[in-house]
Amino acid sequence: MDVLTCIKRVPDTGSKIVLTEDRQSIDASNLGFTMSPHEECAIEAAVQLVEAHGGTARVLTLGPPAADEQLRTGLAMTADEATLLETDGAEWGPRATANAIADAVRAAEEEFDLLLFGNESADAANYQVGIRVAERLGLPVVAGIKSLEVEDGTAIAGREVSGGEEIYEVDLPAVVTVKEGINEPRYASMRAKMSARRQEVDRREPDAESGPGTFEKLRLEAPSDEDSAAEVLGEGPEAVPRIIEVLEEEVEVV
Amino acid sequence: MILGFVEWEAGEPLETSLQMLTLARDVADQTGTSLAAVAFGEEGAAVADHLGEYGVERVHHVADDRLTPYAPAAWGQALADLLEDHRPEAVLAPGTDRCQEVLAHVGATCDLPMAADCTAVEAGDAYEVTRHRWGGSLVEHARLEASTKLLSTAVHEVPIEPADVPTDPTVHTVEPTVDAEDLRVQVDRREESDVEGVPLGEARVVVGGGRGVGGPEDFDQLEELADLLDGALGSSRAAVNEGWRPHDDQIGLTGTKITPDIYIACGISGAVQHWVGCKGADTVLAINTDPEAAIMQKGEYAVVGDLHEIVPELNEALREREG
Ligand SMILES: Cc1cc2nc3c(=O)[nH]c(=O)nc-3n(C[C@H](O)[C@H](O)[C@H](O)COP(=O)(O)OP(=O)(O)OC[C@H]3O[C@@H](n4cnc5c(N)ncnc54)[C@H](O)[C@@H]3O)c2cc1C
Ligand SMILES: Nc1ncnc2c1ncn2[C@@H]1O[C@H](COP(=O)(O)O)[C@@H](O)[C@H]1O
Repeated sequence: MDVLTCIKRVPDTGSKIVLTEDRQSIDASNLGFTMSPHEECAIEAAVQLVEAHGGTARVLTLGPPAADEQLRTGLAMTADEATLLETDGAEWGPRATANAIADAVRAAEEEFDLLLFGNESADAANYQVGIRVAERLGLPVVAGIKSLEVEDGTAIAGREVSGGEEIYEVDLPAVVTVKEGINEPRYASMRAKMSARRQEVDRREPDAESGPGTFEKLRLEAPSDEDSAAEVLGEGPEAVPRIIEVLEEEVEVV
Repeated sequence: MILGFVEWEAGEPLETSLQMLTLARDVADQTGTSLAAVAFGEEGAAVADHLGEYGVERVHHVADDRLTPYAPAAWGQALADLLEDHRPEAVLAPGTDRCQEVLAHVGATCDLPMAADCTAVEAGDAYEVTRHRWGGSLVEHARLEASTKLLSTAVHEVPIEPADVPTDPTVHTVEPTVDAEDLRVQVDRREESDVEGVPLGEARVVVGGGRGVGGPEDFDQLEELADLLDGALGSSRAAVNEGWRPHDDQIGLTGTKITPDIYIACGISGAVQHWVGCKGADTVLAINTDPEAAIMQKGEYAVVGDLHEIVPELNEALREREG
């Protein structure tokens, strides 16, 4: 089976987020880049399915040339092919992103049996790109999945709900958006990383098309510093009586 | 008309839906229009009895057996029908898994933009919405302009407020135009989980462990502390990645968001992606060797030191009290 996994390059923020002066994005000059853990799990699900059923796993991202790095992470996790829908680095909204991905799927040589997405992107968290791609391609879509199996052309997908799991059964081709926890993504071996570096990435220029209405970012804001300068209860085990006091008098849990 | 998508359980609206209705009423007031709600399923009509308190004037009840059990695309189609018939100015939905998903279907079928996880709206011709990014560690101001604006509300961000003047909502039954294609995805069955103890998301006390715990065995001390406090055990993503804890334990952006009375974070640095999962705690107490760790600044209480020395002593003291 042929599986496509869509991922997004995002800054790997630490304990505090710093914005650029124009307040349009995160100041990433001192940061590395990564993708959402949901998407890492989506890649893992894709390569596991291909290992079990044969076929190819392709990773795709819409982003700047540097997003090549995230595609190579996917290749190092043993995905077979990579596609970059290359932009100039300006952020695309969820509708334009979804339209461009759907068009790339239509134009591709493969007929994908399964398209995998993260449930939401780490940075923008729009909760919609996978669903929009599915609707545009006329495919069924199951969102927020934490277990996935494929048997005889049917995807059996589980979503976590309070006290258990809801199970969906969908005929392929289909779109599935996944959540972290569905599997444990593999660590790429040194060798896989080396060979991923040499692999070809298919580059295309996407069309920006987003339909009527607008949803556009005006500016970002880092919420007022929550640093409350915590009260230090003490150092080492000597602090235990003070901890108990807090538990007893303030929080009233003992 | 502003339309709110209300989820319910046992005939009563969920808290997240009441939070959404509070914001929806604010938008209706700003735009001088009426507030309506839509509810799915058997008891959807009974829910109307609880919505007058929040200023809802009309409840659209989607009572179609084909839509029970839950079917996201079909629910989206039912909402799309309401959009077509009533042309609401805006549709608001709580930012729960299901509502977020159904609203995205509406956006896709009607080709409308959608803004997720909003906390405030300034309604003019276009709306200026305030919304969460990175799980709330960043706030975005965005412009949303469309014939019908679609927005979901971030959960537990808008305090629930009843209307000044309660209403007596009328109930209208809706027959959606769903077809077989809309029903390709539908809940087939439910499997109960066998996990015991207090679920992390509902626990009053949570003890969390991170990379500083050092290994899987040392989580025993934290588990004991959680037990002594009738709480649940959680962890950072680093501890999950190390293979020390299962992913179900993970607190944070891509894990569980907790709302306990107290969160005791041990050997966790407090990266933004972890913090967004635990900031809903009333009190955060951090135990860390590094007084400069972010979590030691962000929380209410800090204890500087080695968790391997502090936690066993704390357990001992708690056992003695129970003794
Ligand atoms: C898109 C994205 C999503 C993410 N989602 C999540 C998420 O959902 N949840 C999450 O947790 N993380 C998430 N992360 C990862 C996050 O950025 C951090 O890497 C992670 O939270 C770090 O875990 P930690 O605090 O346990 O480890 P570290 O950052 O390594 O901190 C360990 C801490 O332990 C302290 N320590 C060491 N030894 C001791 C000792 N003996 N006693 C006491 N203290 C000690 C150290 O001083 C340090 O502060 C995500 C990252 C990305 C990019
Ligand atoms: N620029 C992008 N390139 C490729 N995939 C993307 C992009 N943006 C979002 N996605 C995918 O769509 C999912 C949902 O994104 P969002 O709707 O922004 O929350 C992500 O987890 C990715 O799998």
